Amino acid sequence: MKKPNSTLWKQALRTGLIGGAVVLLLALVGIIGSFKDRDIIRGWVSMGQILFLAPILLFAINAARRAESLSKIGTIMAGAISGFSSALLVALLPLLGQAINLRAMFANASPELYKILTFGQELLLGVIILLLVGALIGAAGAAMLLIPPRIRKALSQAVVWVILLGLLRELIMVVLSRWGVVAYLFRWLFAQNGLAPIGAVTVFVVVGAVTYWSSGRKRVAVNTLPPQKKRRRMLITIIAAGIILLILPLVLGTFFSEILDTVGLYILMGLGLNIVVGFAGLLDLGYVAFYAIGAYTVGILTSPELGLFHLTYWQAMPFAVVVAVLAGVILGLPVLKMRGDYLAIVTLGFGEIIRILALSDWLKPWLGGSQGIQQIAHPWLGGLEIKNQTQLYYLILVGIAIAIFIAWRLKDSRMGRSWMAIREDEDVAQAMGINLVATKLLAFASGAFFGGLSGTIFATKLTAAYPHSFSLFVSINVLSLIIIGGMGSIPGVVVGSLVLMGSPELLREFAEYRYLVYGALLVVMMLMKPEGLWPEARRRLELHEAEELALGTASQPAPDSARQ
Amino acid sequence: MLRTWRQRITFSDIVVWAIGLAIAIMVIYGTIATLRLGKYSPVTWLDLVITGLALGGIYALIALGYTLVYGILRMINFAHSEIFMVGPFTAAFLADALVKMGIWNQYPFLSLVLILVLAAAVSATIAFLLERIAYRPLRTAPRLVPLITAIGASFFLQYAFRGLYGSGLKGFPTLNVFEGRWTMGSIEVMKARVVVIIGALAMMLILYGIVQYTKFGKAMRSISEDKETAALMGIDVDRTISITFIMGGASAGVAGILYVILFPVAHFFMGFIPGIKAFTAAVLGGIGNVPGAFLGGLILGVLESVGPSLFLDGMGIPAPYQLKDAIAFIILVFILIFRPSGILGERMSQAKA
Repeated sequence: MKKPNSTLWKQALRTGLIGGAVVLLLALVGIIGSFKDRDIIRGWVSMGQILFLAPILLFAINAARRAESLSKIGTIMAGAISGFSSALLVALLPLLGQAINLRAMFANASPELYKILTFGQELLLGVIILLLVGALIGAAGAAMLLIPPRIRKALSQAVVWVILLGLLRELIMVVLSRWGVVAYLFRWLFAQNGLAPIGAVTVFVVVGAVTYWSSGRKRVAVNTLPPQKKRRRMLITIIAAGIILLILPLVLGTFFSEILDTVGLYILMGLGLNIVVGFAGLLDLGYVAFYAIGAYTVGILTSPELGLFHLTYWQAMPFAVVVAVLAGVILGLPVLKMRGDYLAIVTLGFGEIIRILALSDWLKPWLGGSQGIQQIAHPWLGGLEIKNQTQLYYLILVGIAIAIFIAWRLKDSRMGRSWMAIREDEDVAQAMGINLVATKLLAFASGAFFGGLSGTIFATKLTAAYPHSFSLFVSINVLSLIIIGGMGSIPGVVVGSLVLMGSPELLREFAEYRYLVYGALLVVMMLMKPEGLWPEARRRLELHEAEELALGTASQPAPDSARQ
Repeated sequence: MLRTWRQRITFSDIVVWAIGLAIAIMVIYGTIATLRLGKYSPVTWLDLVITGLALGGIYALIALGYTLVYGILRMINFAHSEIFMVGPFTAAFLADALVKMGIWNQYPFLSLVLILVLAAAVSATIAFLLERIAYRPLRTAPRLVPLITAIGASFFLQYAFRGLYGSGLKGFPTLNVFEGRWTMGSIEVMKARVVVIIGALAMMLILYGIVQYTKFGKAMRSISEDKETAALMGIDVDRTISITFIMGGASAGVAGILYVILFPVAHFFMGFIPGIKAFTAAVLGGIGNVPGAFLGGLILGVLESVGPSLFLDGMGIPAPYQLKDAIAFIILVFILIFRPSGILGERMSQAKA
């Protein structure tokens, strides 16, 4: 289908303007400004600049892709037009900011922001540079489409690695500092902030070359290997992963162990919620309730401050988990017949009720009111008190290992298959003889089990339980990580948790915008890749099937609307 | 008869009814105990009821947005609470500017109209964009997908506006004309509350008129009956859905201004609690039903305002006011269990809709 050229130009213009609007939003929300001091390449490129130029580039590539039917020069022109129009829209901000004080309304419209947008130059010169850079970037993005895919892959891979290493400099430096002499082999790559220019060039060349070389080789797909070899490979991977996990806190030190603990607790919760949302398709927004119940029960049973009970952690933990499971069943009973969206809001209400009760003066003698419960016991193992981050890491690791095993076995069990049947169609599942009541309750109960368990660990980690640690945001974190990792996928939970919970801890600037980014990620994920980063096979099939149906029968009513 | 009953009742029904009965007994006991204590005078009760009606009117306007969207798309627009927030949050800057120019208390009516128009316009724009960008491409996707999108959009909007306007509280200037009280006989009422009740009522009537008596309203109702047939009848479905979102957004914007007249502070998280309560109101009245949203809003507002003192005080619970949000949630759970169709609605919350 060939479109007339003028529409293509207009389309490029429009795409560019949308890209510019995205940059403006990023700028005014403050993301670009707060990343300005994080250099990727020392003295050359900061993360702020990347965040401001990347949308222009991406939208230009998109515009150029639509114009690929044109000649080569036409494609590049489309990219350049898109980049230029993005830059034009962005340039309005410093120009407008010069004329009137935008800061009265927009907290982030500061002269510093304008300086980033105009590359630190005088206003007029800066705007001209901005327009030129926009057009150039757009043209370069379009040109990327025209070069052979092998080179394109090598280039983009190299850029991604440079950015990644620049961002993760602190983590890498900490690891290096523990390696002694070997560290000198790598230390020169980094500057005080980000990569040193020479390091950036080295990383770029090495990664580019390796990608170029390896993408030329033929890969043997794992699936085509004989089963014996396949099993051996899997065993080796598992053992290697196990060894790495065991030595990780020793390599990384206390600060990063703390981050790992947080990530680990979220993996544990994610595995639980994954059963409820991912396997059974019941959207639970009040998952934090079980986390809170686990933590508070341990608190009540062990804290001498309240003086109600004096159990040890190991005695209290089973009680806490049982209470959480009971709460899961009690929540499950009334919502059994409810449909997805109602379920979401009722569970959200449940989570809030628990938090409000924990905060209230009414239950203060038992739950400590707004001050929470202090002096919660550490677990003892033999003669060893598990109290610092590294020791807790192993406790959490054991918990995760058990949880992964249970979740993995449940998934392929009769129960797991019933859950997935319910997720796909409740009525049909019931007709097939699945007991909806028992199946759904069991999903809630097993979800609550893991939530409660991680709550108990959280309580001993802090040695306290405060009501404000159990806000709705915990539920949203867990929900985001399982959806972005891939609903119903166990490795997806781990990946999602590492990315979503790890990144705000590693990048302080990002922490401020985490919910903005999570929200945007949820929307973008649902629009572009609803199966998640590490999809579960069946779910991917399900979503693709729907897509194919929608494509194949575009003129007929779509399956979902027909059902209503 | 008894036998079929015995067969139909399951264990879960019994548990649910037992919980319901326990709460009902607690409410009745609390009410009687409070009334016997006689701690509050009739004037206090009346004050609480009027506060509740004012709050309820606001909930009703927000609930309308949920109901309209639910009626037409069969989805709960989780981000509606943020649409409620953006209007007054933006209008607060205009109000500041008006105060600086000296117009605010000089021409209160003009100022009020200006901020109402701005808030409604901003909220409607965001609602329109939200539908266009996030919901429209997913109209045929599996149920869970648009729901998750809506939750994501809700957080995105909250934190985008936090970034844009700052994370602090933004004070909303008060209008002098709304200060003070009116006396009717022996009853004194705060002016602001009366204004809010009247405003909400007027807005509600306008919207009800649009839905019930205009051609556009007819198109909307026909789409909510059957999208495909409506399209065959020559109704532009996309356009009608867009306008529905705009209408819901505008009414949320107006509700937002009424809210800041009562509680003169705007901030990025202000939409969350009123949003959930408005949803409760929509469900209480029967979701998809416009008069139902109004009725549900008023009932919820009054229950929430009177409830803590009436039900909880008598039971000897200290600081019952802290639990008022819990009351709304418990009401929500119980309507969904015992009468999911709401007061005026048809049965929709169950799986076999």
